[in-house]
Amino acid sequence: MGMTMTQKILAAHAGLDHVEAGQLIEADLDLVLGNDITSPVAIHEMEKMKVEGVFHKDKIALVPDHFVPNKDIKSAEHCKCVREFALRNQITNYFEVGEMGIEHALLPEKGLTVAGDVIIGADSHTCTYGALGAFSTGVGSTDMAAGMATGKAWFKVPSAIRFNLTGKLSQWVSGKDVILHIIGMIGVDGALYRSMEFVGDGIASLTMDDRFTIANMAIEAGAKNGIFPVDDVAIAYMEEHSKRAYTVVEADADAVYEEEYTIDLSSLRPTIAFPHLPENTKTIDEVTEDIKVDQVVIGSCTNGRLEDLRTAAKVLKDRHVKKGLRCIIIPATQAIYLQAMKEGLLQIFIEAGAVVSTPTCGPCLGGYMGILAENERCVSTTNRNFVGRMGHITSEIYLASPAVAAASAVSGVISCPCRL
Amino acid sequence: MKKATGRVFKYGDNVDTDVIIPARYLNSSDPAELAAHCMEDIDKEFVKKVKKGDIIVANKNFGCGSSREHAPIAIKAAGVDCVIAETFARIFYRNSINIGLPIIECKEAAMEIQDGDQVEIDFDSGMIRNLTQNKEYKGQAFPPFMQKIIACEGLVNYINQK
Repeated sequence: MGMTMTQKILAAHAGLDHVEAGQLIEADLDLVLGNDITSPVAIHEMEKMKVEGVFHKDKIALVPDHFVPNKDIKSAEHCKCVREFALRNQITNYFEVGEMGIEHALLPEKGLTVAGDVIIGADSHTCTYGALGAFSTGVGSTDMAAGMATGKAWFKVPSAIRFNLTGKLSQWVSGKDVILHIIGMIGVDGALYRSMEFVGDGIASLTMDDRFTIANMAIEAGAKNGIFPVDDVAIAYMEEHSKRAYTVVEADADAVYEEEYTIDLSSLRPTIAFPHLPENTKTIDEVTEDIKVDQVVIGSCTNGRLEDLRTAAKVLKDRHVKKGLRCIIIPATQAIYLQAMKEGLLQIFIEAGAVVSTPTCGPCLGGYMGILAENERCVSTTNRNFVGRMGHITSEIYLASPAVAAASAVSGVISCPCRL
Repeated sequence: MKKATGRVFKYGDNVDTDVIIPARYLNSSDPAELAAHCMEDIDKEFVKKVKKGDIIVANKNFGCGSSREHAPIAIKAAGVDCVIAETFARIFYRNSINIGLPIIECKEAAMEIQDGDQVEIDFDSGMIRNLTQNKEYKGQAFPPFMQKIIACEGLVNYINQK
């Protein structure tokens, strides 16, 4: 029986010729990731282990990004704990404020994630690197601790769902709309414990930023990982950003998929997930009433990349944020921030009446930098619209693309650029 | 392994880790502090009512969302001895095993057990007894590898013993 792309990568890292869905394996790790929320718990757990230091100082990435620059004394203590651990263990890839970015935008940009890798991260959106053809998955702090200590992790080999993408996206439709459409179709547990493997001739037209967004939200369908084939676009990205050798792995022709879906990208419309689950999707055409918005957030590990900012700038240029609405724009990394400045995007944002922040996960998880009050509504390019996620439990989050978010910031109601 | 007997707190589908422990409390990693806010955004009464040995029962995809281990840590530190659900989100599932919080997947039990029922769980056999409704269910047994981790009360002890 053939193996899926995910299964082949896992087999290679477990020293096995063949693995099957359901098999428990122990795999070698190419990278172990943690942030300022999950790492302190992992560091504490690691101290209980009978080990001398970390397995490999170059294969651990520590990225304080959730509550930095620190929002209060407790979060400052957490970051201090991570910083001291990084120094003590001479961790190569520790990224301080000033060089950090939102972890899942930062690591591919720094060339730390490449095709064929097995990566775990104590952050659920670690699945993002599947865009480059890596197996990457989110874990908790104890797994991170064990990974830092031993360089290994246990996995149950997942079965898979195949998504055959055909056609090309229309104007103002992006990777975010693709993944929201899919989650709306299969539900927030539609891919539970399984891989989402994306294939098809439609992929060639998807940019790397589209693919990062799609793989990033695989977890919102419950998936263990999302993964893309390694094509010229992915190779060009890796050659630009990484010095590491990559491995191109292809699924066997007779690989087994539990389910298969075909999605014509040209048929997709701007899609919005209504409160309080990412599966509650509607296309913009189904939004026929005015839904008044108090705040718009454009950023996060899902949609804080350069292309996202360029799209937002296209919409906001020579327009102004609706009076009384707050629009918060967060470039995901320092490099993206700098490039956005060079291209004049930041000026467009500020002239439109938006605020531009240093990279942070802040508002996405209700940490800081844009908390919602009682009954407030936010259109956000982030990834979760759970009850209370961005603030008060009666507040509402509408997940959308940067195009929809920017248009909504201008009109003050949920909108898209085609309606402006 | 031990048995658990306690009162049930019943929840629905897709209980996410943001409602189990909201991110506004993630500036702490102290189990007692996390436990003080456990389930706050879905059930404000939970922390007032929960007693050592109680049990959470929920429907599908329990623990979805963020990978925060603070979620099972908060539940365990609140005194809960076991979580039964139709299905668990995969990171929550791993985290629970890794920190030694017993969890059991059982669709029938998840559907039929009601809030306030007294339930007894035998972890060796996977049997779930609803003492209030006088019904029995067989939960999904863990593979031997995971049983070993749970028996060691978590991954850290398991690795230390290896």
